Amino acid sequence: MGKYTIVQARALSEAVFEMWIHAPQVARHAKAGQFCIIHADGAGERVPLTISGTNGDNIRIAFMAVGTTTKLLATLKTGDELRDVAGPLGMPSDIAEGGETVVIVGGGVGVACTPILAQAAKDAGNYVIGIIGARNRDLLIFEDDMRAICNELYVTTDDGSYGIKGFASGPLKELCESGRKIDKVWIIGPGMMMKVTSEVTRPFGIRTYVSLNPVMVDGTGMCGSCRVTVGGEMKFACVDGPEFDAHEVDWNDLMTRQRMYLSEEKQSMEYHEEHHVCRCRKVE
Amino acid sequence: MDRNPNLRITDFNEVDLGLSREEVIAEAKRCIQCKKPRCISGCPVGIDIPAFIQAIADEKFQDAADIIKKDNMLPAVCGRVCPQETQCQGECILGKKDLPISIGQLERFVADFERKKGAKCPKCAPATGKKVAVVGSGPAGLACAAELARRGHSVTVFESLHEAGGVLMYGIPAFRMPKDIVQYEIDQVKRLGVVIKTNHIVGRSVSVDELLSYDAVFLGTGAGLPYFMGIPGENLPGVYSANEFLTRVNLMGANKFPENDTPVKVGKKVVVVGGGNVAMDAARVARRMGAEVTLMYRRGEADMPARLDEVRHAKEEGIIFMTATNPIAILGGNNTVCGVQAVKMELGTAGDDGRCSFYPIEGSEFAVEADVVIEAIGQGPNPLLLRMLPELTRNRNGSVAVNCLGETSIQKVYAGGDVATGAATVILAMGTAKEAAVAIDHMLKK
Ligand SMILES: Cc1cc2nc3c(=O)[nH]c(=O)nc-3n(C[C@H](O)[C@H](O)[C@H](O)COP(=O)(O)OP(=O)(O)OC[C@H]3O[C@@H](n4cnc5c(N)ncnc54)[C@H](O)[C@@H]3O)c2cc1C
Ligand SMILES: Cc1cc2nc3c(=O)[nH]c(=O)nc-3n(C[C@H](O)[C@H](O)[C@H](O)COP(=O)(O)OP(=O)(O)OC[C@H]3O[C@@H](n4cnc5c(N)ncnc54)[C@H](O)[C@@H]3O)c2cc1C
Ligand code: SF4
Ligand code: SF4
Ligand code: FES
Ligand SMILES: [Mg+2]
Repeated sequence: MGKYTIVQARALSEAVFEMWIHAPQVARHAKAGQFCIIHADGAGERVPLTISGTNGDNIRIAFMAVGTTTKLLATLKTGDELRDVAGPLGMPSDIAEGGETVVIVGGGVGVACTPILAQAAKDAGNYVIGIIGARNRDLLIFEDDMRAICNELYVTTDDGSYGIKGFASGPLKELCESGRKIDKVWIIGPGMMMKVTSEVTRPFGIRTYVSLNPVMVDGTGMCGSCRVTVGGEMKFACVDGPEFDAHEVDWNDLMTRQRMYLSEEKQSMEYHEEHHVCRCRKVE
Repeated sequence: MDRNPNLRITDFNEVDLGLSREEVIAEAKRCIQCKKPRCISGCPVGIDIPAFIQAIADEKFQDAADIIKKDNMLPAVCGRVCPQETQCQGECILGKKDLPISIGQLERFVADFERKKGAKCPKCAPATGKKVAVVGSGPAGLACAAELARRGHSVTVFESLHEAGGVLMYGIPAFRMPKDIVQYEIDQVKRLGVVIKTNHIVGRSVSVDELLSYDAVFLGTGAGLPYFMGIPGENLPGVYSANEFLTRVNLMGANKFPENDTPVKVGKKVVVVGGGNVAMDAARVARRMGAEVTLMYRRGEADMPARLDEVRHAKEEGIIFMTATNPIAILGGNNTVCGVQAVKMELGTAGDDGRCSFYPIEGSEFAVEADVVIEAIGQGPNPLLLRMLPELTRNRNGSVAVNCLGETSIQKVYAGGDVATGAATVILAMGTAKEAAVAIDHMLKK
């Protein structure tokens, strides 16, 4: 087997792809909350992706094909090799050694991060409540995984095509208001979703973590591209995070920096479509 | 020997083409072969400079290469990037009245000569069965690994990035340090049997327990953590650390965007803050990508820590120098940068370190137009691994404390290069690493 072989690739939905990758040095050390950096080929970017599961020497990633590099990644199939996989990066999630009730909220592709976290919290002896949401039924991922792990699971779709109609913040609000003991909440999803959803827990004073996803390059603290403002201080998300106290995050700062390359990203897509640089490999 | 500035700012090819065979021989013959050669004391690794120069004068280039390589494993690199004016050449006796011998150029010539000819692989001592882990593949890690491999130890180098070479690869641009030369030097180290594992972040992909299971450990993790000024506007899109800007271009090929998918903002007007080699490199890269570049430095030009050649090259390439000027805010709105608010500095008399003091002049604030700002104001040790080694004693500036043998406060863990000295030079990194390698060898053979 080659160095970083894709041992299994499949589409989870129209735009979300799952891959199991042979990367022993990552798999053996990965913990919930950490990510890896994938460098598919020499011309591609280094893209950070959450480690969504491990199995022996393999790691699982689940990603949305949103731009040039992730779309290229989506064309790779089982048996293909990646140039580089580095990790695990970032700090592991702050999971207590049992006795806590935790709520894990995932939205959109952010649900990819939830199974490994839910499993770790459960294995440590905590009571795990999952809330996963998507725009519609077709975009919902990892429901089966989460159902198997969580003590309780709530599923939401924006359009009501499946589960509870509305956003994931709905069930979270109900849980908070129910007066049940909740020790920690994790919210993982797009920036706006994390910003809005974390407001739900603020009045209840519940410790709430979000996983920030600023633009990264090295992922090791060497460039400062991933700097975010938390509690008024500059932090590097790749080494100090990516999980931070949701109620201390400067969301505008994060979202502004995430959009830094919008025009270049568009230019890149146009260039690659025009030059047909797709490596023309379909996911099986 | 330098390419025309108007031409060279259109590409990333090497600026200084070096000397011809005739020129190096003539230069070598100028050396008066001092009885007490001061040049040697100026070289941090003590190369026998007169001896290698004599070999060049005798046209025995391979002999010259062999002499240099006794003390310096990367002559093609050091000949190019050492701050010779403050080291070997700064001490050369001829410099008193005339020009000093161009020692760096001579060193580079013989290294290039040997590389083109194909170097023979030095013999390693019989295997000792001892295993050493080297963390980081910059000049320090490479030098330590090579020395230990030669002494018969089995060496594994762990590098967190996807390419080995450290700053030589991601920091110093190709027009100053061609990447095929760095690659060649790395291959030489591999030929000694050293295994380099890229994508291995020690502390993450390799646990501290795994690390400490080796018979000895060398930390050569560098000073890669970029400092920021802490002024308003710093998080605006368009503000970079020099490390990020240079990594995007040198390592990820952003100068060939969109062919390569890593983007970088260059803009029309770039302000680079700083006066060291890092600042010069960032400025010259931005220039090559088409920007008008202003370099802002809070002291005077004579205080700039950059190599003289880099300052000269930067000026020739049209970089505007704005000295005695310090940024106080990055201006912008609507999520873009539009300028830098700066203040003029009053320069005082030189202090103990020979560099002048400075104070802001009240009421001298002014704005400079800019759409990209690059900060090159210094770097500290990367905390990732060090945080996981709390027993490691650190100096006040955060660097790892070592004794003259390179020993840290943890048994069998050694350190060298920028992580121990603070951001310094390639040759110093290799020098300290080699001393640590010798100490490690002694310990392992005890
Ligand atoms: C710690 C972390 C974990 C992540 N986990 C996941 C995950 O599990 N699944 C998933 O689908 N996505 C995840 N992301 C986001 C993912 O990295 C980006 O979607 C990807 O880099 C986009 O690259 P592109 O070239 O395809 O798209 P582009 O068109 O280049 O970019 C699309 C958007 O993605 C973001 N982005 C672009 N480049 C980077 C970069 N180098 N680093 C971070 N963000 C970037 C920007 O906000 C950009 O607007 C994570 C990001 C971080 C920082
Ligand atoms: C832009 C720039 C220009 C420069 N110009 C000059 C010059 O002209 N002349 C000169 O003499 N000096 C110059 N320097 C300084 C010189 O490059 C450094 O002093 C030298 O590279 C230090 O070597 P090092 O091996 O200690 O560290 P580095 O070269 O920084 O290498 C450290 C390596 O360790 C890796 N690493 C860090 N942490 C880990 C970890 N936990 N696990 C695995 N790997 C890890 C890093 O990725 C890196 O590759 C310049 C520096 C910069 C940034
Ligand atoms: S290694 Fe550097 S200081 Fe020493 S002789 Fe060579 S150029 Fe001069
Ligand atoms: S000091 Fe100058 S002249 Fe004297 S030996 Fe050294 S290089 Fe030659
Ligand atoms: S990604 Fe470079 S410092 Fe975090
Ligand atoms: Mg991209």
